[in-house]
Amino acid sequence: MVYARLILMRLLKAVIVLLLIVIFNFFLIQMAPGDPAAILAGEAGAADQEFINQLRERFGLDQPMYVQLWRYVSGIVMLDFGYSYRLGVPVFDLIMDRLPATLLLTGTAFVLSLVLGIVAGSMAAARVKKPSGSLIMALALVFYATPLFWVALMSVLVFSVYLGWLPAYGLYTVGAGYTGFALVLDIAQHLILPATTLALFFMAIYTRMTRTSMLDAAQQDFVKTARAKGLKPSVIQRRHILRNALLPIITLAGLQAGQMVGGAILTETVFAWPGIGRLMFEALQQRDYNLLLGIFFFSAALVIVFNIFTDLVYRLADPRIKGAS
Amino acid sequence: MPVTTDSATEHSSAETVLSIRDLSVALPKGADRALAVEDVSYDVNRGEIMCVVGESGSGKSMAANTVMGLLPKGVHPVQGEVNFLGQNVITLPEKQHRALRGLKIGMIFQEPMTALNPLMRVGAQIAEVFEAHGQLTPKQRQERALELLIEVGIPQPEKAISAYPFELSGGQRQRVMIAMALALEPVLLIADEPTTALDVTTQAQILELIRDLQRRRGMAVMFITHDFGVVAEVANRVCVMRHGKIVEIGEAKDVLENPQNPYTKALIAAIPSNAVPPHRETSQVAPLLEIKQLNKVFRSRGGWFKSAREVRALDDISLTLARGETMGIVGESGSGKSTLGRCVVRLEHPDSGELLLDGVNLSQLKGDALRRERHRVQMIFQDPYASLNPRTRVGMAIAQGPMANGTPKAAALKQAGELLDLVGLGASAVERFPHEFSGGQRQRIGIARALALNPELIVADEAVSALDVSIQAQVLELLEELKQRLSLSLLFITHDLRVAAQICDRIVVMQHGRIVEQGSAEQIFLHPKEAYTQSLLDAIPGRQAPVAATA
Amino acid sequence: MSFFARFAQNRGALIGLIILLLIIVMAILAPLLFPESPWRMVQRPFLPPLSQEGFLLGTDTMGRNVAAGLMHGAWVSLLIGLVSTSVALLIGVPLGAIAGYYGGLVDDFLMRFTEFFQTIPNFALAIVLVAIMQPSITSIVLAIALVSWPPVARLVRAEFMSLRHREYVEAARLVGQTNSTIILRQILPNTLSPIIVLASLMVATAILLESALSFLGLGDPNVMSWGYMIGAARTVIRQAWWLSFFPGVAILLTVLALNLVGEGLDDALNPKLSRER
Repeated sequence: MVYARLILMRLLKAVIVLLLIVIFNFFLIQMAPGDPAAILAGEAGAADQEFINQLRERFGLDQPMYVQLWRYVSGIVMLDFGYSYRLGVPVFDLIMDRLPATLLLTGTAFVLSLVLGIVAGSMAAARVKKPSGSLIMALALVFYATPLFWVALMSVLVFSVYLGWLPAYGLYTVGAGYTGFALVLDIAQHLILPATTLALFFMAIYTRMTRTSMLDAAQQDFVKTARAKGLKPSVIQRRHILRNALLPIITLAGLQAGQMVGGAILTETVFAWPGIGRLMFEALQQRDYNLLLGIFFFSAALVIVFNIFTDLVYRLADPRIKGAS
Repeated sequence: MPVTTDSATEHSSAETVLSIRDLSVALPKGADRALAVEDVSYDVNRGEIMCVVGESGSGKSMAANTVMGLLPKGVHPVQGEVNFLGQNVITLPEKQHRALRGLKIGMIFQEPMTALNPLMRVGAQIAEVFEAHGQLTPKQRQERALELLIEVGIPQPEKAISAYPFELSGGQRQRVMIAMALALEPVLLIADEPTTALDVTTQAQILELIRDLQRRRGMAVMFITHDFGVVAEVANRVCVMRHGKIVEIGEAKDVLENPQNPYTKALIAAIPSNAVPPHRETSQVAPLLEIKQLNKVFRSRGGWFKSAREVRALDDISLTLARGETMGIVGESGSGKSTLGRCVVRLEHPDSGELLLDGVNLSQLKGDALRRERHRVQMIFQDPYASLNPRTRVGMAIAQGPMANGTPKAAALKQAGELLDLVGLGASAVERFPHEFSGGQRQRIGIARALALNPELIVADEAVSALDVSIQAQVLELLEELKQRLSLSLLFITHDLRVAAQICDRIVVMQHGRIVEQGSAEQIFLHPKEAYTQSLLDAIPGRQAPVAATA
Repeated sequence: MSFFARFAQNRGALIGLIILLLIIVMAILAPLLFPESPWRMVQRPFLPPLSQEGFLLGTDTMGRNVAAGLMHGAWVSLLIGLVSTSVALLIGVPLGAIAGYYGGLVDDFLMRFTEFFQTIPNFALAIVLVAIMQPSITSIVLAIALVSWPPVARLVRAEFMSLRHREYVEAARLVGQTNSTIILRQILPNTLSPIIVLASLMVATAILLESALSFLGLGDPNVMSWGYMIGAARTVIRQAWWLSFFPGVAILLTVLALNLVGEGLDDALNPKLSRER
């Protein structure tokens, strides 16, 4: 009951945020260089003024600003993101086509980074002031400081070009005609490099956060109580310290969702991964603003959905919060 | 409640549970002294409560933490033995030491609010004790947990067992802690300031509980406290510590009634008098402060789907303070006493009612109009460490007030020097930073700051609560002296009736935002009219116990 | 202990400081050592490192000197990192201070606004902004500042909220100091340490963001930057690894150095809070 109310409230908030983004998008399109009508006319091969005016009328570009805004907003409510100027395909279809690949990549990278980060961070926290603990933290710092796209390129260079272990580009082997389990295996192989690359940066973040958070939690009074009970250190570490340390990590994971989108754009660009990140890069190269802004809106929506999810997880994990806003 | 000191002779011959011999514990490098405790020896016997008493920094908890093997990092014993049931725990391997914790030795701590894991249900936390020592089945553990909760007197134990700590009050959490510590019927219970964070009536209940359980189970209890009132209430024997050394040790009765060491004498003398407060002449001249029907409601803002909650912090408060008078506002946490003080200095905006200072209504002033009137009422704050800006020199901290009201900087700084002299710190303190001063000294700086604007009224909000008793007495003395000299009017807010009795002409007792009773200090102490006032008086630790006569 | 002594206790921070100084020296010396434009084609393309005198790091796909690009790129990275962080602070500090000090509806409104910016995926927003405004140093700086101020606002707000009910602040109100004096004299100086630490880490993040933008082809077409060098060499990685390798190392070292310095500052400025190492 509390959760239903909560989800409802969060969805309402999400709708408001998305509406604001749509309005923001609209004004960005107005600011975009070039007259869309002229571009469309150019695409059609006719550039005479009369034709441009006709187009302008047809697409409502001659209407006052607020009418255009209303049309734009109501279009998006109906999932009409307009057409890609260059490809002549509805933006929504293009995105839907590419979305699964992105979800696969980011989902894998998210789980991978979270699990490995928490494990590495707990290990580092348990080994404070020991060389092994310092090594973990040094590695985490290096991964944190390395540009993602460069890691991607270097891993292509090493694992694909020199060692030839893993495929470097695409979602699956084109023309191999794999089906069923063979296809799954093929995709999994293609997934390894991009997912690992994307995960490294986030793993570094979670490692650092887990360690700090565990060291903080270890200072808490209830840990002393647990020791006074005669519990084993391993039980204290797991049941008392780690559980409390996980709360800030859940919050952080929510905040990192937006970063994940950014990371996906870069990773997909390097590995030619056919997701919306790669689509964004293509839109960028062709200055396909309508498509660009459509993807932008969609990525924001994904982040919001993910935020609602982490919020719910947090509420499940922390009994102290009950349906408060 | 009278203490059972009658069986003292019995105890001396009783079985020794814990025997500490020549214990020295080293502090990490860079601490203010090398040894936390030095050459400490004492015993704790079965069936007795041994109180280890001392002010902050006396090292009173160190021996207890050594027994438990819970010393902070970098702190370790360097000399002596700690024999628990014949085993020296200092040389005991960690694994065997761990087997003693919870099983043979139970411990409860000062902060019930943070001592329980916020994410685990109460029942599970108690059951963990059995699990740690491999006892009982999971189902039996829950049954035992329930029995223990009943034994420590938690209301609605069936509900409490599946509650999370945040759903319980401070006193209830401390009861849970006690249930956990006693789960395996330990031979020794260590209680480290277990009632310091609690309200006085709750404190009395918890002390009663500990005493009762100790008697029923015949355990040995090592009770660490800073409060001689508490000592008088529970102790069979007392060990007084100072700067890491034992200054006096003996039967509670002897030490309290006839202390030998000058420090112990001073400590006991510094306890705010339990005797009847002296009769004071209150000249009812024209009132300085008149509070009429003051109301303040705190609303926790509700979300879109959450209803707002209301707390009536001040419910129709009316009172009058005469010029030159000291009025005590006494109450437990949540009584609204601090809100009242904050409304008078206008850090809070009252919802309705009048605050007449010399006939001028301050209650509805806002913005610049309020800022211009602020100098008339000043405040002394509770926490000497938070009340001074760490980056501002002491002189400047005092001069800021006059400067904000138009005094030139040079004159304001000169006056700051004079004020520092007045509060006994010397004018040279002007150039120094707050961190160079101790808690008591900082409180003097806070007083100087409050005086800088020549206020007509000073509100002191728990102004001595954060200080050790000996310092507390000095600061109270200073306030009394300044009050006489500068003919100040004082609104003295405190949770501690003993302190109020010492300094106040009249006392107002508050509960749940209302005034329960008001009258002269003498009246309140000797002939309380209301049951709540009586219960507050009864809860004062050591009130009925024999304590060395004080001035 | 002096500030520097505390800073230098952290060996990593000292190493970071040295690396950072070297990079600053590189940026300063760039116009002296390579007075010519780094865009000029000076040799035949795809010259591997160490294969020819004067071309320590080889040449790129167009025969431009990689070493020259690297040194000129240092200047761009540091400049954009510093300026965009300053702009972000100029937005975030006042917003956070006002929200935290006044609370209530003002706080509600400002925090919704901040949350809105925090929800939008920041790199995607930066891409969109630069693409729409057209790539230039100004648009890049603005875009990076616009996506990186929310953490500043949140930090400053949190600090102000915890300090505004601190007793010394209440005492300042009681003696009649004005709100602006209290904000500027009593509270702000006590929030500077965490702001400085955050700022040093933000410079690092800004450099990463800038390189990623240039990598995608959104760099200022008039200035040579590390990200651009890697982006331009992306498709020839099989033939010429060094073209993307060296600029990447440069970014890594700069960002690493800034992070180390940030941690050192944290230890030195907040001695009580400094983590165990």
